[in-house]
Amino acid sequence: MSEQIEITVPIEVSSSPDGIVLRAENITKVFPGTVALDDVSFNVYYGKVNVLVGENGAGKSTLMKILAGVEQPTSGRIFLEDKEIHLRNIQEAASHGIGIIFQEMTLCPNLSVVENIYLAREVTQRGVLIDKKIQKQHTRELVRRLEQNIDPDAMVGDLRIGQQQIIEIARALAQDIRILIMDEPTSALSTTEVEVLFRVINELKSRGVSIIYISHKLDELLQIGDYVTVLRDGRLVETASAADIDVPWIIEKMVGKNPAALFSRTDHHIGEVLLKVEELTLPRAGGGYIVDHVSFELHAGEILGLYGLMGAGRSDVVDCLAGARPAASGRILLKGQPVLASTVSERIRTGIVLVPEDRQREGLVQSMSVADNILLASLKRYLNRFYLAPKKEKEAVKGMVKSLSIRVANIQQPITSLSGGNQQKVVVAKALLTSPKVLMLDEPTRGIDVGAKSEIFEIMSNLAQEGYGVIFISSELKEVLAMSDRILVLSKGAITGEFSRQEATEEKLVVASAVGHGLATSAANQNGGTNKNGHK
Amino acid sequence: MDTSKAISAKKPRRITRTSTLQFLLRGRAFIALILVVIFFAWTLWPDFLSAENIAIMSKHVAQNALLAIGMTFVILTGGIDLSVGSIVGLTAMIAGMLINNGISIPALGVIVYPHTWMILIISIIIATIMGSINGIIITRFNVAPFIATLGMMYVARGFAGLLNNGYTFPNLVGRPELGNTGFEKLGAGEFLGINYSIWIMVVFALVAWFITTRTPFGRHVYAIGGNERSAELSGVRINRTKVLVYMISGFCCAFVGLIIASQLVAAHPATGQTFELNAIAAVVLGGTSLAGGRGSIGGTLIGAFVIGVLGDGLVMSNVSSFWQMVIKGTVIVLAVIIDQAQARMQERIALQQQQELK
Repeated sequence: MSEQIEITVPIEVSSSPDGIVLRAENITKVFPGTVALDDVSFNVYYGKVNVLVGENGAGKSTLMKILAGVEQPTSGRIFLEDKEIHLRNIQEAASHGIGIIFQEMTLCPNLSVVENIYLAREVTQRGVLIDKKIQKQHTRELVRRLEQNIDPDAMVGDLRIGQQQIIEIARALAQDIRILIMDEPTSALSTTEVEVLFRVINELKSRGVSIIYISHKLDELLQIGDYVTVLRDGRLVETASAADIDVPWIIEKMVGKNPAALFSRTDHHIGEVLLKVEELTLPRAGGGYIVDHVSFELHAGEILGLYGLMGAGRSDVVDCLAGARPAASGRILLKGQPVLASTVSERIRTGIVLVPEDRQREGLVQSMSVADNILLASLKRYLNRFYLAPKKEKEAVKGMVKSLSIRVANIQQPITSLSGGNQQKVVVAKALLTSPKVLMLDEPTRGIDVGAKSEIFEIMSNLAQEGYGVIFISSELKEVLAMSDRILVLSKGAITGEFSRQEATEEKLVVASAVGHGLATSAANQNGGTNKNGHK
Repeated sequence: MDTSKAISAKKPRRITRTSTLQFLLRGRAFIALILVVIFFAWTLWPDFLSAENIAIMSKHVAQNALLAIGMTFVILTGGIDLSVGSIVGLTAMIAGMLINNGISIPALGVIVYPHTWMILIISIIIATIMGSINGIIITRFNVAPFIATLGMMYVARGFAGLLNNGYTFPNLVGRPELGNTGFEKLGAGEFLGINYSIWIMVVFALVAWFITTRTPFGRHVYAIGGNERSAELSGVRINRTKVLVYMISGFCCAFVGLIIASQLVAAHPATGQTFELNAIAAVVLGGTSLAGGRGSIGGTLIGAFVIGVLGDGLVMSNVSSFWQMVIKGTVIVLAVIIDQAQARMQERIALQQQQELK
């Protein structure tokens, strides 16, 4: 590869008079036994953010993969500036200036930031030696452009998920691109990081880069998007200019459902104190605290929201409660009884159960069936003497599948054959089968479609009604506000705010979440961001 | 619109073709076994299918199958046990020493000669402890299974040699006045006309099948191999399960060591060398993924039979031992290639199901 001194994006004026740089015409994609895309046409406008939206399984990922050269269409044609192109693989797409940021992170955790960004396109001296100096310098510039403070030599595996996502974006920026496909780039980012990303997107637009943007966060789509295309069941529903539409319009097109029903909250009676946490502390390896003397109470029948920026320690609090952090200290009382159990399995037996944040890495065993995943945490309940009783197992699984309306053809089918939303319901079902008293849900709605989200909320609501104590973590302010009876805000591992359902507002949560970051500007930024949200 | 009609018309045929192919791929080890048997039965008619030959082959298969059953547990968790061959050798040597030399207790100035039954039990316990040491090193000290068991492979082999300064314990018949006779019956004895070692294999296979499919422990083994972190957060006790798995492997090794020593009526310190490779080959041939989480005892058993029948058949066909190695190696790699193809296919079918359910 030739040396790149400047990280530049080639500005090529679109030859199309109507401003369309890439045109996909009548794309059909058939997988064995199913039609994923049915005669879909999609235009990518020059220097605009072209949003693709739809429920899981609507075909947007397939379309995106076809445009990126990962998959080939069964029929249909793709034109780049009125010249027909054939994308047989991702390298060919790259040679046409089409880059992609995948939803699943594709970074190598064992390599450094620089090595990841230049993976497979290393800058070399005379084609042999890697020019580390130039790579590092460019990486530093890229990271600075993304307003991050990440060491180029840091191992990617040591970075937070949010930071890894930033590196993924940086990697795409390091290439000469004119069309950038972003598949849920913000799913792991905090509000501040999202703001930065949006500034970068605007900068790219002004340089003539066209963006194809996929996200489940509908507010965000309207904030950043110029054109919105809705897909449903593999068909194109409608394309509209973002200025002309609003969130209810999108939801209606996506599911044909009334959006007011998204947050289903039945009234539930809040009982006595169920869980009391005192001085929960998790020291950080390099000094300081990840969880800084956190104390709170959870009542029976209560949904307690935990809000905070990425890295504020929300997940760490629930991990500690679940027994997944051996280094944690503090007192936990369940129904007034001190919890002495320290391991995950013992905590599960006392009734404290976690639905972890990362479904794929921590929630599911991908090689197992739906039934085996649901049963994994409570096998001991389905024994005849010492061996498993298939009948009891089946009954339990069927009961869960029914009560959580998990969509499966057969409970023995592989877990990987379910959509994200149904996979999440399987993880919840696994937790519920242990008959917990306290259920902790860490980002249960990440990366799942609107329909499934609303179902997860319904499940939470029902659980609270049945007298469970529910702790709910979400990065999305609206979700936390809509679902919680009470909200705790964390910043740098400590509780910086507690709000009842009545007093909580977006502004208050955001201000509390920025406490201790020391930067007045950061808080201002946050406020600015939400205000913009609010006005939309 | 024409295209979509054509597609829907084509659909059913596509699916049947896919499922037939999938069926063939799933049963590939069994099909391979049948093909190998038919081939040798035909080329070596009638010797290959004679009663004596089947008896001999079964005995060979039994040893490898026992090791492979233990190995299956280990590999299902995503681990590997390279020490099995050495533990086989060590067990044989311990049994030999106990029969010929007894246990000398210098403080009392006596030599205790345990009863044959005691000898079997002591040997089995020691082998199981060796396995547990593997497990503890892997879990408590966070050493990769490959390294931990590689170390054990050397250590156990070294001890096997030390027990008699590298010499064989010959003539393990015991003495009637010491009450330690009858060791040779384990290798030579028969029940209903079938050698004990084959019965042991059958019992082990049934118990192992039951454990893997019908007990929480078995389910935990699969879960750990599939996704250790998820299993841990589901309350599976990872360390305990892993240690148990290596203990099971050691336990299986003990039986093989005892059977070999008994059949030869002698214990040689090099007994069991490279057995670990045959065991791993049987497991892999049986469709168990080396990454863990996927596989079955039934598959392993078939894998052990394929390797056994292939090996003996080639010997009887007078194929040079070098060509035997070439053929065995090719078969193993081929098996894994087909395994990968099946995994890809399954993934595609899963995708297809997902799309169908929406």
